[in-house]
Amino acid sequence: MLNFFLKRFVAMFFTFFFVSVMIFIIIELPPGDYADRYAFRKLISSGASVTETDMENLREQFGLNKPPVQRYVNWISDIVLRGDFGNSFLYNVPVSSVIGGRIWLTIAIVAASITITYGIAIPLGIYSALYRHSAGDYLATFIGYIGLALPNFMLALVLLYFSITMLGSSAGGLFSPQYIEAGWSWAKFVDLIKHLWVPAIVLGTANTAFHLQTIRATMLDELNQLYVTAARARGIPEWKVILKYPVRIALNPIVSYLGFDVAKVMAGSPVVALVLSLPEAGDLLLKALLDQDMYLGGAILLLISTTIIIGVFVSDLLLGALDPRIRLGDA
Amino acid sequence: MEKIDTGSKNPAFQQMDNEEKNKYYTATQWQLIWWRFRRNRLALVGAATLGLFTMIVLFAELIAPYGGTTLDTTYLLGPPQMIRFWDENGFSLRPFVHGVKTHRDPITLRMIAVTDTSIRHHIRFFVRGDKYKYCRVNRLKSDLHFFGVDEGKIHLFGTDRMGHDLFSSTMLATRTSLTIGVVGVMISFVMGLTMGGMAGYFGGSLDFFIQRLIEFLRSVPDIPLFMGFAAAMPREWPPERIYFAITIIFGLFFWTTLARRVRSKLLSLRNEDYVLAARFAGATSSRIIARHMLPAFTSYIIVDLVVSFPYMILAETALSFVQLGLRPPVISWGVLLEGAQNIQAIEMAPWLFIPVIFVATAVMAFVCLGDGLRDAADPYS
Repeated sequence: MLNFFLKRFVAMFFTFFFVSVMIFIIIELPPGDYADRYAFRKLISSGASVTETDMENLREQFGLNKPPVQRYVNWISDIVLRGDFGNSFLYNVPVSSVIGGRIWLTIAIVAASITITYGIAIPLGIYSALYRHSAGDYLATFIGYIGLALPNFMLALVLLYFSITMLGSSAGGLFSPQYIEAGWSWAKFVDLIKHLWVPAIVLGTANTAFHLQTIRATMLDELNQLYVTAARARGIPEWKVILKYPVRIALNPIVSYLGFDVAKVMAGSPVVALVLSLPEAGDLLLKALLDQDMYLGGAILLLISTTIIIGVFVSDLLLGALDPRIRLGDA
Repeated sequence: MEKIDTGSKNPAFQQMDNEEKNKYYTATQWQLIWWRFRRNRLALVGAATLGLFTMIVLFAELIAPYGGTTLDTTYLLGPPQMIRFWDENGFSLRPFVHGVKTHRDPITLRMIAVTDTSIRHHIRFFVRGDKYKYCRVNRLKSDLHFFGVDEGKIHLFGTDRMGHDLFSSTMLATRTSLTIGVVGVMISFVMGLTMGGMAGYFGGSLDFFIQRLIEFLRSVPDIPLFMGFAAAMPREWPPERIYFAITIIFGLFFWTTLARRVRSKLLSLRNEDYVLAARFAGATSSRIIARHMLPAFTSYIIVDLVVSFPYMILAETALSFVQLGLRPPVISWGVLLEGAQNIQAIEMAPWLFIPVIFVATAVMAFVCLGDGLRDAADPYS
């Protein structure tokens, strides 16, 4: 197990390295550099033009005249060692203070979404495999297809519309107006939970559909296996036969997909955040990218990717703990 | 081919008479795939729907009654018009839509369009209207449209805030969004085949490296990264270049599924006797891969290509929806839906969401077709 753990740990660092290089490329891609954009901003906001020597000084100060590899090393070591993500153009303050607690709200949304996904997909998948070709089975398949085919933002708008017309309250945002500025308290936490379900459902539909199909298919394969018949023959109660044998195997792919689930939910979050006006990291990412505030955008991309990398790592470990074949093999 | 008798396990096989059995034995692999595919109703519906979409892609300008930039200032944010054969003034063999009159709303002082049931605009087919260049090719100029009205305007899906005819926009957007899928799938096809082919055939450290690369690409948040790349593109780029840049980005990210499939199939085929025979006969690596191994799993490759379409379509829609993807004058489904971002749109102008129906239908069609093809892909199972 220790060997397996170490292997995965090293792999995680390689992934982090590749991701950070890719994000650094994104940051560097737009024409012009920090100094150019600084001069441009200054010109627009105050009308004062920045002299060429000032630009050179800026470049010197931020190390922009160094080769790209050195700039990358500076950028990533500032982040890893000192938590310094650089400055945001948009807000003119350090990136880390702009992001603040938003990444935690994103993680809360991801956690809620994955909980709802599993809470729906696992029981429904088992049900539709046990009662194949029943009305419930067809309904589950149909809902699955719809969940796959409808773009996330459409689902978000529809839920928003229903919550306004039927429930009389807006489902947008993550907090009620009186809690937005308030500090953290139990009441604010409860308020957050009440708002969390809409983005959680919206972001979870595609995953739910996918897992539902996977569980159903695996269950159908496993239910016909001889060991299930043997268990029945030994007189074990039916519910115990189902839960202890085929369900256990059907849960394997779910656990192995945990990391990708985190990735998918994170990937969908900016668009849904825009429609539901959620004050989380994805929303900030969009604003930053639309204004080409690349340090802010890059920082959020890096945080999101890191969350996913950790998610993949955790799901690998869980799978290794569940399934000795993976732990002992050269996975 | 070599395992031809396994078909006897097939339940449909038992009901065949001798002549049909002979036909079955002599059928080619693709005939068997087609016979099996044909039995799946949902997949056939999907294929037919995609056929319709292909017609729209091919003849978008012809089907659209107006050009993408034509405005109807007398009918801003107007609801869809019904095609009628009769109204209180009697029956007409030629279908028509009612005309509109504009007047100022006494309370909000906005110009509003009101349907005037006394005016009839009759629908005519193959009319001359807005000039266009077919697929933007200069030589292919025309002004022929499949349908139009004799006077006034017809808006089957209503109009947007600026007065664009939504039906025409949707037709043109269908072409853009689906061709993005086609070009992206082609790029990822070449990438997947090359990378998967190298990994599976040569193995060793190259395989290890490609495997890690695939794992890496699968565990990054795709859409936010696309957004990052799209935002990094210079703003002064012409729309055509942005279009191609976006397709290339999609293609560079979506090849992983195909590469994994190609790799695993090649690994299992590598030790087959007929591959060994080809190698002893002195065939080159590329010839062995292309002529001896690929044909054994072409059907699986097609399945993977079909099921990767929806991801590209949805990714493009999401990107354009948040204004980081395509921009007007290029019209895509995402660009059209960008105008329908908020809750007011649902209440005031629900017809702005008609393009969503197209997105969802296209995605569903690809999923159904993919499912059917997957079942039919291996006719010897």
